[in-house]
Amino acid sequence: MLTIADKTFNSRLFTGTGKFSSSQVMEKALIASGSELVTVALRRVDMRSSQDDILTHLNHPGIHLLPNTSGVRTAKEAVFAAQLAREALETNWLKLEIHPDPKYLMPDAIETLLATEELAKLGFVILPYVHADPVLCKRLEAAGAAAVMPLGSPIGSNKGLKTIDFLEIIIDQSNIPVIIDAGIGAPTDAAKAMEIGADAVLVNTAIAVAGDPVAMASAFRMAVEAGRIAFEAKLGNQVNRAVASSPLTAFLDEL
Amino acid sequence: MSFKTEFDQYNWDEVRAGIYAKTSSDVEKALNASKRTLEDFKALVSPPAAAYLEPMARLSQKLTQKRFGKTIQMYIPLYLSNECTNICTYCGFSLDNKMRRRTLTNEEILREIAVIKKMGYEHILLVTGEANQTVHVPYFKKVLELIRPHFAMISMEVQPLDTEEYQELIPMGLNSVLVYQETYHREDYKKHHPKGKKSNFNYRLDTPDRLGKAGIHKMGLGVLIGLEDWRTDSFFTALHLDYLERTYWQTRYSLSFPRLRPFSGGLEPKVEMKDKELVQLICAYRIMNEELEISLSTRESERFRNHCIPLGITSISAGSKTNPGGYSVEPGSLEQFEISDERTPGEIAEMIRSKGYEVVWKDWDAILNM
Repeated sequence: MLTIADKTFNSRLFTGTGKFSSSQVMEKALIASGSELVTVALRRVDMRSSQDDILTHLNHPGIHLLPNTSGVRTAKEAVFAAQLAREALETNWLKLEIHPDPKYLMPDAIETLLATEELAKLGFVILPYVHADPVLCKRLEAAGAAAVMPLGSPIGSNKGLKTIDFLEIIIDQSNIPVIIDAGIGAPTDAAKAMEIGADAVLVNTAIAVAGDPVAMASAFRMAVEAGRIAFEAKLGNQVNRAVASSPLTAFLDEL
Repeated sequence: MSFKTEFDQYNWDEVRAGIYAKTSSDVEKALNASKRTLEDFKALVSPPAAAYLEPMARLSQKLTQKRFGKTIQMYIPLYLSNECTNICTYCGFSLDNKMRRRTLTNEEILREIAVIKKMGYEHILLVTGEANQTVHVPYFKKVLELIRPHFAMISMEVQPLDTEEYQELIPMGLNSVLVYQETYHREDYKKHHPKGKKSNFNYRLDTPDRLGKAGIHKMGLGVLIGLEDWRTDSFFTALHLDYLERTYWQTRYSLSFPRLRPFSGGLEPKVEMKDKELVQLICAYRIMNEELEISLSTRESERFRNHCIPLGITSISAGSKTNPGGYSVEPGSLEQFEISDERTPGEIAEMIRSKGYEVVWKDWDAILNM
């Protein structure tokens, strides 16, 4: 079981709601994924309407909403958007994403830290999307983040765990859950993320754009479960083959 | 420093010759490259690339889905005014087109909005001619104030303004500005814009710089296809885009490809672009730039738009009127151009869904424009 703030999760696969060919396909895929936490962009939902198409299809007892701030460029904008989201969607959970760069969607470390400090004071459960920067992740932990969400590679790129060396440091040092977000392109990437000890992964594009999103969602579910079991079972260390002669250490056995 | 400095280093005829000198092997190199240059773009818009249309379309589709998913966004134009002090040889609003003019009042705008909202729209594009005495920044401010509560995203296609003017409008909810250069051929531009403020090529050319400096969220570029050689004009658009992306890296960019359409008493296109060539161009831009938003208006035919949905475009309009008051106030007023695809937004949405794409009415929020 994974615990973040006041919630526990059976599934360590978190998902996104964008890029699907229809809300119906999205709903089926999310159910197949077993995901209990799904992120939804504020910009996509009609917060004035109770009949919003996306929200209607996410209305399942096991699915918790994680509103995200996609579109904001500064801490100030993020804090403002977060407050409106809390009111409209009735949750204080927030995926904090501040990417002033609309081309590569690179997160702004400085604004993210500032916003986390501010939002923590306002009582939000904050999951910030950040670079795989171990020092930044410790700073966010100190600022009151409920978890950190470092990227595996550029968002939407499906390139896998390009930042693995830094992810391993983050996982090693963190006292809060580490959720690897962005870049996970295939179930093998998700399994690998879990094997190195990530607490969860967030996957969107790889499921939404797959030929069969529902089947791909269950493939990810299984990969995340397998990776977690492997992590808990402790992978055998890779051992270099024993060498027959030991020219450097043989002297220790002499006499 | 502005784009003009970079633009002045290029010569139209040399660029044109460079494009027409590209060979099949240049096209293949461009298609197989992992990182593409403007030379690759020239190859992708060159005549030999026509033989690679199917692989180009497949690549374009793949790249578009990776970034945008299986979604198409909907937007609609709202023409506020057809008053204009410019002479443009290809436009229905041209000063020398002796027709009665109209600029919508507050009350009329609200009536038009009511119709548009009923269609389901959240993204609106405000359009005017250029009449600086009446349709000016105070008018735009009044309009934005009126419209902002009703729409999630507001774009504008009006006369070019100064940086400070854009800075006044952006906090009032202006998200995006479209400004088409029409043609990057300086002499030809002069010919098509003989009178009015628009005849100043340089002022228009540097408008995207002013928008970037003002901190606009999104801007749209393009040329009017039919005025000049489309391959060369498209290269300059790509050059402009490349410069802007490097300089104003916090801004999103969109493109569209208006092909010259008939209007009462108007100009015949000098260069005709075939459907095949427009598809080639859409795919070329997508292969060059995975993040670019590409829209297709009702200038295009039903059949063509149906088939373009999965090829690389990201947004589409429907049910459009190109005359002020066209939705309810005065349906018969002077229109800018004749539209070709007359289907309703509902019919277009159904067509998009039948292609396996989700129709996205809202992908922004007023709270994001601070």
